Formats: sequence, structure tokens, C-alpha cells
Amino acid sequence: MLGLLLAPALVWLLALIILPHVDLALLSLRERVAPDEFKLSLAQYRTFFAEPLYWQIFVRTAVMSAISTLLTLLIAFPIAWTIAKLLRGRASALLLVVCLIPFWVSETVRTLGWMILLRESGVLPGLLVRLGLTDVPVELLYRDATILVGLVYTSLLFMVVPLVSSLESLDNSLIEAAYDLGAGGLTVLRKIVIPHAAPGITAGCIVVFMMTLGNYLTPNLLGGKNSQWFTEQIYNQFITRFNWEQGAAFGFLLLVLSTTMVWAGLRLTGQRFGEVMRRS
Amino acid sequence: MSTPDLEARAVVKRFAGHTAVDALSFSVARGSFFSILGPSGCGKTTLLRMIAGFIAPDEGDILIGGNSMAGIAPNRRPVNMVFQQLALFPMMSVGENVAFGLARRGVPKAERVKKSAAMLERVGLAGAGHKAVDQLSGGQRQRVAIARSLVLEPTLLLLDEPLGALDLKLREHMKIELKQLQAAFGTTFVYITHDQSEALVLSDHVGVMNRGRFEQLGTPQELYYSPATPFVAGFVGANNKIPGRAQRVDGGIVRLGTDQGWVVHAAARGAVAAGAAVEAFVRPEAATLARAVEELPPGQPHYAGVVESLLFDGANSAVLLREAASRFEFRIALPQTGRFADLKVGETVHFGFDPQRAVCFPAPGDARA
Repeated sequence: MLGLLLAPALVWLLALIILPHVDLALLSLRERVAPDEFKLSLAQYRTFFAEPLYWQIFVRTAVMSAISTLLTLLIAFPIAWTIAKLLRGRASALLLVVCLIPFWVSETVRTLGWMILLRESGVLPGLLVRLGLTDVPVELLYRDATILVGLVYTSLLFMVVPLVSSLESLDNSLIEAAYDLGAGGLTVLRKIVIPHAAPGITAGCIVVFMMTLGNYLTPNLLGGKNSQWFTEQIYNQFITRFNWEQGAAFGFLLLVLSTTMVWAGLRLTGQRFGEVMRRS
Repeated sequence: MSTPDLEARAVVKRFAGHTAVDALSFSVARGSFFSILGPSGCGKTTLLRMIAGFIAPDEGDILIGGNSMAGIAPNRRPVNMVFQQLALFPMMSVGENVAFGLARRGVPKAERVKKSAAMLERVGLAGAGHKAVDQLSGGQRQRVAIARSLVLEPTLLLLDEPLGALDLKLREHMKIELKQLQAAFGTTFVYITHDQSEALVLSDHVGVMNRGRFEQLGTPQELYYSPATPFVAGFVGANNKIPGRAQRVDGGIVRLGTDQGWVVHAAARGAVAAGAAVEAFVRPEAATLARAVEELPPGQPHYAGVVESLLFDGANSAVLLREAASRFEFRIALPQTGRFADLKVGETVHFGFDPQRAVCFPAPGDARA
């Protein structure tokens, strides 16, 4: 009986996750020696470490994803606090809907929206010229800052939701008790609010980091040739160069990176994965 | 006379068109236990939060230790509060909870640990410092909350219905503990509750609050034996309320008749005029019960009644009877000697009370009562 209930989940897990991963793993471990002839080797992985371009892009992607996650957290926290604690009833629901509305359109359309605002002939450079801050319209796209803006915008909701859920469960009387015992605003934040919201913060950061690391569209459109995002390298290998073996190797390297950084982050902040998923 | 620890002067607070606290003035002497007693919604929590500093009064002033608290934030006042739900910090251990206020004051760690351990011992939780909050029982958590506030040696300790969540036995036990703690520490306690038994047992002075105003301020004995208004008479302790019309007022004694025709006598309180609507109150223990008329004290009006139900509650047993002619329901406390333990439902008995021990007020004109 239990087997029957679990069957759909197992089929999905096996067919759509395990088997493709196994297939790609096998793909990444072979090298083409002659047309239609392959041998088992670690050549693909060796290329990654030998060629500076690849692992520099790798590191850059990881660093920028971490920065983007941090920025998203810093922006989302006040918003989540406002929704959970400062507003009541309808106003609170309204602000949450306002955060949700950008996601009604696809990521592509959202990113294209940013391009309309930020490109040289777009709205923002034109405004800067009108205000007299620049002489000619400046190209605001194709910079690292632009990519960060796009990534933060896309990830905001995924950080706000777990934070709101975490903060709503915080009893107001705990904050009042802390004030009553002599704490100031910053101390309350440090000693009461953040420890309480820690599972929500961690869950949000994990989701946002993983999404950002594996994001293809936003860095590509907003960064163009300057984006140097690792997913773009994977795409190039698979689609432009038909080098599926190399692409598969890169894919696995990205998976390892993602897992390692999440694990390191959890260890650093003293959280446990099961605990975070349960309490967020 | 030394400066009172707490003084309120004409404090007013309004919320969206209704006045929660209506020009309250009172003072609390140093080292005393003051309770604010009132039904839900009377404004006592609002008053307490104004003293603590979480709400600012619209008018009037609150002085603590002689200093005005206008514009002073809660973390700067010499007041600490024990919250209704205790508000212990679940992310800290018991010892860290108690030491929290000390840490905010910059007390060095070694001294904090020492003081917090000493305080826990004083409230009967020696060695519990390392435990997590959810490992403690309700009564133990109660004591941690009190320890957390008292370790800061505040001028005033505010308690917001702290015993509400506890079961009866524990509540009775904690009442005694609180009284002893207050006597031992000498801190001024301001206690709000809707349970009149807590207010009577614990306090030196009680303010009975109704709809934003104090109906009476006095010692528990004054409130019980000499209520000033019908609300206080009905709210504090059990009481038989007899509404009627004054027929005659003679030498301070009112003769009143109920709608059903029962005539009783009671001592007048306030301006009672013949013909006016009045309310009389007789305490269940002020009336005497007897099987034969001769057993009742002489010189008192006496009546016959039919026993309707017996309310057995150990030493607090009472009988509900209906007066024979008017069928007015009356409650009499049974003597603790167990003399009437064999009373039966439907039995006819005789009862009476001394008019001097009954009070009679003019009936409240508006809906207040």
C-alpha cells in the first residue's frame, strides 16, 4: 500500500532527477578520441582547472551570487518587517501583493523591462541628461551593477516570503519585554529578532543563492558579453560548441559549488539544514 | 510622608472615540502592594502600559519616584513589567534571561552570572540557570519572569494578570509566594487583575476600576465591608443584589420593596429618597439561617424561604433559596460547622439579616453598574 502511494514520487525522482544526473555524469567522464569513439577520462575536468578563464568565471559567479544574496537580504528584511509587524490586515496584504506583482510576468519580460529603463536610449539615462547630471546618455547596461540590480529584483519575493513567515511568529511581547529590560532598538534586533528569524533568513538565503547561481537569463541579457556568468559557459559548451562532455562537466562543477557554499554557509551560522527547512 | 513611588495625575487616554482611561488620579506609597481590579475592557491594561511607557497618555502626567515620566521611553524608566504571557526569551537560557537586563546596563559577565544565580536561588530555582525555558513548568516560568525583573531592583514592578494562565492549586500557591516576595524585596508592586480574590488576598490597597474610572480606592477590607458604589458591592466578593423602590427612609435605614413584593431593610449609602429606585446588597455570610424562627437573632426582620439548590464547595458551601412569598432568589453561606449539612432541596427554612450589615444605594441612572 505504501509502495503504491510513494510510486508517483519515486517515478518522478528516478526518471526526472536521478537518471538524467547519472547520464550527465557518465557524459562528463568521457573524452572523444575519434569520430564516434569515446574513452573514459577526466579530461573535461582537467580542462576546467587548466584554463584560467573557466575557473575565474566560476569564482566570479560565486562571489557575485553571494553579494546578490546579501543585498537581497538587506533590502527584503525591512520590507518583511513592515509586512509582518508594522502594518495590519489589508495594508499588510497589499504590500505583499505589491511584491508579488512583478512575478505575474515572466522573468524574460521583467528583464527586458530593465533593459528599456537602463539602455543608452532608455528612460533612466534620458532622465539623468534632463536633470543635468550627465551631458550625454550613459550606457547603464552591461555592467556588474546592472546584473546585481536585475538579480536582486528577481530574487526579492523569494526572500520576503520566508522572512515574513518567520517574523510573523515573533510575539510582540518579547520585543516589549526586551525594551522594558533596557534594550535599545539595535539590541532588540540583534538579540531577539534575528535569532528568532534565523531559520527564515537561512531558508531565504539558500533559495536565493541557488537561484542566482544557476540563473541564465538575467545575467545574460543585462550583462551581455560582459556578464561572464558560469551558466553562460555551460550554454556555450552545449549549444555553440556541441561539446556536451565539457558542458556536463561544468554542470556538475556548478552543482558541487552550490552544495559546498550552502553547506559552508550553514556551518558558519551554526544552523542545521533539517532544522531550517522545518522551521521556515 | 515620603514621596509616593507612583503617582498619576488626571491621566486620560482615548482610542478612536472611546475613552479608555478617564481622568485617573491616584498614588501608591513606597513598598506597598497596589492592585487595580476591574472587569475586562475597563482600561486597566491601558493604564499599566502607560505606566510602563508603551503608550503615552493624551492628557495628565505619570510620576515615578517623584519624577515625571512624560516623553521617557520604556527602556529608560525605573519600572519593570511582568507580562501576562511572561515573554521569556526562548532563544536564551534561563540564566541569560535573568541576566538580560543586567547585560543591557553593561554589568560585567562574572558579576552578571553571580547576581542572576543569586536571584534564581531567592525565587526558589537554585541551579536552574543553564536550563532552556521550555523545560520549565508554568509556575517555574512565572518565577523566572519575576526574577528577571526584580534583579534590576526597579522602583516599581508591574504585573499584568500574571496568574491567569495557571491552574487553581498553582494559582493559590503563587498568590502566597507573590505576597512573600513583595514583603521580602520591599519593591512597590502594581498588580492588575480581574480576579477579586487575588486583589483582596495580595494587596495593601486596591483600586476598583470600571469604564476608565476608579469606583473606589481603599484597603481590601474597606472595599469588602464598605463598598462605595453598587458596582463595587457587586464586583467584590459574592453579594445578593436586591433591586427595588425605597418606601421609607428612617434614621439611615431604608425600607425598600422589590417588584415581586418582598420588603427588606438596609443601611442607606448616598442620597436615598423615598420613592426612588434603589439597589440593596446583602453578603451571603451576613444572613443567618435557621430551621425554627426562634433560633434567629431577636430584633431582626426575618423571612421564610424554600431551599432551591445546595452549592457544596467545602468550607465555602452556600444554599440558594427562594423567599416564600415573592420567590426572590437569595444566597446564604452555610456555617462551616457543618450544621446544615443535611439540608434538603424543597425544605422550608427561616433566614434574616441585620439591616446595618446590608447596604442600599440609589439605583444607577445610566447603564453604568
